[in-house]
Amino acid sequence: MNADEELAAASQQEQGASLSDDDSLETCIEIKDLNLYYARDVHALKNITLDIPRNKVTAFIGPSGCGKSSLLRCFNRMNDLIDDCQIDGKIRIDGENIYAKRIDVANLRRRVGMVFQKPNPFPKSIYDNVAYGLRIQGMKSRRVLDEIVENSLRAAALWDEVKDRLDRNALELSGGQQQRLVIARTIAVEPEVLLLDEPASALDPISTLKIEELINELRRKYTILIVTHNMQQAARVSDYAAFMDMGSLIEYDSTDTLFTNPSKRKTEDYITGRYG
Amino acid sequence: MNSSADSHGHHISRQFNSDLEEVRKHMLEMGGLVEKQLGDALNALIEVDSGEAARVVQGDDQIDAMEVKIDEECNLIIARRQPAARDLRLVLAIIKAIRDLERIGDESSKIAKAAIKVSEDGDFPEGIVEFRTLGVKVQRMVNMALDAFVRYDADAALRVVSEDSNVDTEYAIAMRSTVTYMMEEPSSITRILHVLWALRAMERIGDHAKNICEHVVYMVAGTDIRHEKLSDIKHKLSG
Repeated sequence: MNADEELAAASQQEQGASLSDDDSLETCIEIKDLNLYYARDVHALKNITLDIPRNKVTAFIGPSGCGKSSLLRCFNRMNDLIDDCQIDGKIRIDGENIYAKRIDVANLRRRVGMVFQKPNPFPKSIYDNVAYGLRIQGMKSRRVLDEIVENSLRAAALWDEVKDRLDRNALELSGGQQQRLVIARTIAVEPEVLLLDEPASALDPISTLKIEELINELRRKYTILIVTHNMQQAARVSDYAAFMDMGSLIEYDSTDTLFTNPSKRKTEDYITGRYG
Repeated sequence: MNSSADSHGHHISRQFNSDLEEVRKHMLEMGGLVEKQLGDALNALIEVDSGEAARVVQGDDQIDAMEVKIDEECNLIIARRQPAARDLRLVLAIIKAIRDLERIGDESSKIAKAAIKVSEDGDFPEGIVEFRTLGVKVQRMVNMALDAFVRYDADAALRVVSEDSNVDTEYAIAMRSTVTYMMEEPSSITRILHVLWALRAMERIGDHAKNICEHVVYMVAGTDIRHEKLSDIKHKLSG
């Protein structure tokens, strides 16, 4: 550990990286002493400890390569798919260690849905995209499928735009619509947590606003974690924000505090554009 | 609590840096002009110099124009740059401080108008000297408030905040003395009333200087100390 890392680790310990001041918060995800290495010698996440509150939006911000996407991928064990990726430490979702041997990873990924930067609908109809996860789970009843597809598309604020063309290929939709379709597909299987990795960075401003509005609606039902390079977006959509740098968690606080009066100089320099 | 001199330097975007520097510079220029207006207004009252007082009244337009210009610059920074953290606090502090500076300009103009009225009735009434002490005190408060702004010095700003109660005491003393004078010399009541308005303007200037210092504390420490007792403020800032 160099001096900067030690300082970051110490500050993290000092603030406990929890939001204990607010008693009304219930922890959904508990991360303790998390370390992640790629190919043994790249230490991508360093002693991350923090509690993510339930039914809130938590944003992860930081420069490229700071580890925010790596951290996001830990929550649904997407990093398992990367060779030579080694993780130690604990992540508990609803008190359950998701890296325990007995964990069914497929079920974990149902509980923790993920949406990526580039919309990735399947080359199938709009209906089949949303019904996909349910069919894999063995759901056959057309009536139930119809109901869930409609509810999911409504929840993703897409129903009114596609209700008359559910059998059309999803790839015919605009980028913004495709991203909302992917969100509908994710929430169709009733996850508890939504991971959004740069969900609007490939979209135009109007589609971006629709996604942000959607996040605002979804927070009532889901715990949402969002990685974004757009700091104004983080300030707009999130309740809590974590600033990461070089694999360390530098500061974690309410978004209001982090964007008006951050306690760490490094955070302040980053959000005001003095970084580097 | 003091911030370093590089408080808003080294921004990646040089244009943003220069926009912030420019608006801050304009605010301080406005502050300098307001200080001069106040000094001239007090001098016009003491010397019963209607010529100087008239210049102060005319000069207020320039202060009003500066307020509008700086407001516009701040609007553009918010629209174009969406400032955050200390940049945001700086812009907000400037927007609020220029309103107080503009009001100090207005109050200085009132003092100048009182000087013109007094001069119309001849020499200054003898025995009325208390306003000089009050004038010096508020002048010093304005000066220290602007200084605290330039230096990002929250400690100095707090000293000005605490000074305001002394100004209020001084104002009460001057009022008592003025009322006594009016009772003793009923024939001079009309003239003394002008002095009384000027005293009131000075007391208000002290309040505005205090407001500016509250903005400085917010800008530097991110803590809102408005409407708080001094003892609570110190506790809040140390916590």
